[in-house]
Amino acid sequence: MSQRQISVQGPQREIAKKWRVTRLAWGLLLPSLIFLAIFTFYPIGYSVYMSFFKNNMATYATGPQYIGLANYITLFTQDKVFAASFRNNLIVAVVTVPTSIALGVAMAIFANQVKVGKGAVRVSYFYPSLLPMVAVANIWLFIYTPMYGLLGYINPAWHFLTNPSTVLGALIVMLIWKQAGYVMIFYISGLQNINSELYEAARIDGANARQTFWKITWPMLKPTTLYVMIITLTNAYKMVDHLYIMTKGGPGNSSNMLLFYVYQKAFDQSNTGMASAITVVLVVILLVITCVQFFTQDKRIFYA
Amino acid sequence: MKKMLAILLTLLFVLGMVPAMAEDVIELDMYFPVSVGGGPDALITALCEEFHAENPGIKVNPVYAGSYADTRTKVIAAIQAGNTPAIALMFSIDLYQLFSMGVLYNYNDLCTTEEDLAWLNGFYPGFMENSRLPQPDGSFLTYGIPWQRSTIIMYYNKDAFAEVGLDPNAPPTTWQELEDYAVKLTKKDAAGNVERYGIQIPSDKAGYAYWMLQTFTLTQDGQNLMSSDGTEVFFNHEKTIKGIEFWKHLTDIGAQAPGTPKWSTTVSDFLEGKVAMMYHTTGNLTNVRKNATFEFGTSRLAAGTSYGSPTGGGNFYLFKGVPEEQTQAAFQFIKWMTGNPERVAQWSIDTGYVATRPEAYETQRMIEYTESFPSALTARDQLEYAYAEFSVYDQGNVQDILDTAIEEVMTGQKGAADALNAAQAQADAILMDYR
Repeated sequence: MSQRQISVQGPQREIAKKWRVTRLAWGLLLPSLIFLAIFTFYPIGYSVYMSFFKNNMATYATGPQYIGLANYITLFTQDKVFAASFRNNLIVAVVTVPTSIALGVAMAIFANQVKVGKGAVRVSYFYPSLLPMVAVANIWLFIYTPMYGLLGYINPAWHFLTNPSTVLGALIVMLIWKQAGYVMIFYISGLQNINSELYEAARIDGANARQTFWKITWPMLKPTTLYVMIITLTNAYKMVDHLYIMTKGGPGNSSNMLLFYVYQKAFDQSNTGMASAITVVLVVILLVITCVQFFTQDKRIFYA
Repeated sequence: MKKMLAILLTLLFVLGMVPAMAEDVIELDMYFPVSVGGGPDALITALCEEFHAENPGIKVNPVYAGSYADTRTKVIAAIQAGNTPAIALMFSIDLYQLFSMGVLYNYNDLCTTEEDLAWLNGFYPGFMENSRLPQPDGSFLTYGIPWQRSTIIMYYNKDAFAEVGLDPNAPPTTWQELEDYAVKLTKKDAAGNVERYGIQIPSDKAGYAYWMLQTFTLTQDGQNLMSSDGTEVFFNHEKTIKGIEFWKHLTDIGAQAPGTPKWSTTVSDFLEGKVAMMYHTTGNLTNVRKNATFEFGTSRLAAGTSYGSPTGGGNFYLFKGVPEEQTQAAFQFIKWMTGNPERVAQWSIDTGYVATRPEAYETQRMIEYTESFPSALTARDQLEYAYAEFSVYDQGNVQDILDTAIEEVMTGQKGAADALNAAQAQADAILMDYR
């Protein structure tokens, strides 16, 4: 009898309960949802809309002019600076993501195993990522100053920032320096989450250090790696402050990148239409990369 | 209850008073740029305070806005966002762009008295080139009032001259001499590393690459980079190509640092003894005088086929779209800053910028100063051969095109004719809309 009653009332109560939980979830999400809407979704939507307009100094008096896809066509067929920025961003991403991860893992393992001065090691590795971008840019500007900068003392003939074939490399070194410590922090916590029994078992089985790393440590760090990859990849596309301070995208746009080009178009050149179009391209690139990474790697990750 | 009410009423009364009191003082935010060393920002702030002390009804708050380009970016963004400032100290060459936006007051309309007109007509004509626009009837309307104005001069290290056997009192006067001296002054150590370059003429986009290019065109019979109405550019003119090729040649023969030496570090390079001669604004003269640990001299720019230099620097602008009383207050401030010969002279002494009014050079303090430091007259004397700084419609865009081309040439990415032809085509496409 009692069982029967439950089975009758069960579904209704279940629905009510579900609704309560859902309501609570929405309620908890709401604050961040509002901020996301105001500061992310709306601007993206508005950028997409504005990218269909000619809106620059020449249209200042008349107001924006609808031109369909013309901004995009110009970008992909004529704009050499866009092409150079696109290429530079790609290079920065391809180089900095793996190096930062490799360095981050190495530093994390070292910082985890070191016996003396553990805190000091971690702090000294981590501190570059605490510095503001602008400060970092100025420090490296000094390091790269020819003749009497830090590197200038080693070889006065080095002009890394004013040579189009070295400027990108110089910026990449700086970016890795800045973010490797940040990456390390995630790997340290990743390492600490790995069950020590696994290592014990490996030792009993007679696995050497290399085998232990590739068979245990690296696979167990996969979730961390996925997260770090997304972070470092977006970092590669967020280069703007350093460019502003160090090169202004020069010499001859050899160090220009998409986000800084957006800034130049939007503010230096008051060309909001074009800037919106580049922004949309940038958003699409980042979305695609993140989706690909997330959906292809997710299946192979072992969540402990 | 009554007590509560009394407190409430008092509170309301006091709160009501605050805006009423603030209205008595007209407050103006003034964006201003700094592109030289030696701290002119502190001087500007001090001048604004002095003005407020003399005119308690007006308070000008100086807002440091970065380089000239940064200041343009900020002011235009403010105007587009509907926060038009009443006044700004900006690049003289922003004139066409601001004019095309229809936001500028012309000073001729504001000058109503004899005294005002005498003030308006009392500046060096050389500095008015980037400050006024020609009218159909042949007259001019003034939109910018000269303040921190300059020409480019050559600074040279006299000790280095003596060291290599050159006469410290005979700086180069022609391109050929410039080249020969620069080669002579370049010093290498035993391993072949350069310890000192002969010359540095900064060519980076973050600085004023297009301005430095003008030093090579204007010294060829005054050939400029643009038409006087700001709608045409001469990027691929044969003299422009010849000029940039000579500039690059100085690098190719090893007398100038490779790539694009930076505007921002050129003065410290000179002060550190890492370059023996540099082209820079006279606005850095006081900075160099205070910090040089060696004897230095200044001279006008070496001539190709003639002497020449662009003027440079910042003007005061007044913007439409603000309450009338703010405009009048700002106008009063500008007259106070630029009208008094003693103040103009002192500003020139403190910075190295050229005093914008001839009468400033007749003041006692200026006479004494220039007697003890004749270099202070180099830039002014060069005004005789000075031409307008590069200034066109849609300045931000067109300037970027030219600066990029210069960087491409100086770093060897492209040949001079290639880069400048491409730049000409791009600039033409933009300026078409304004012809």
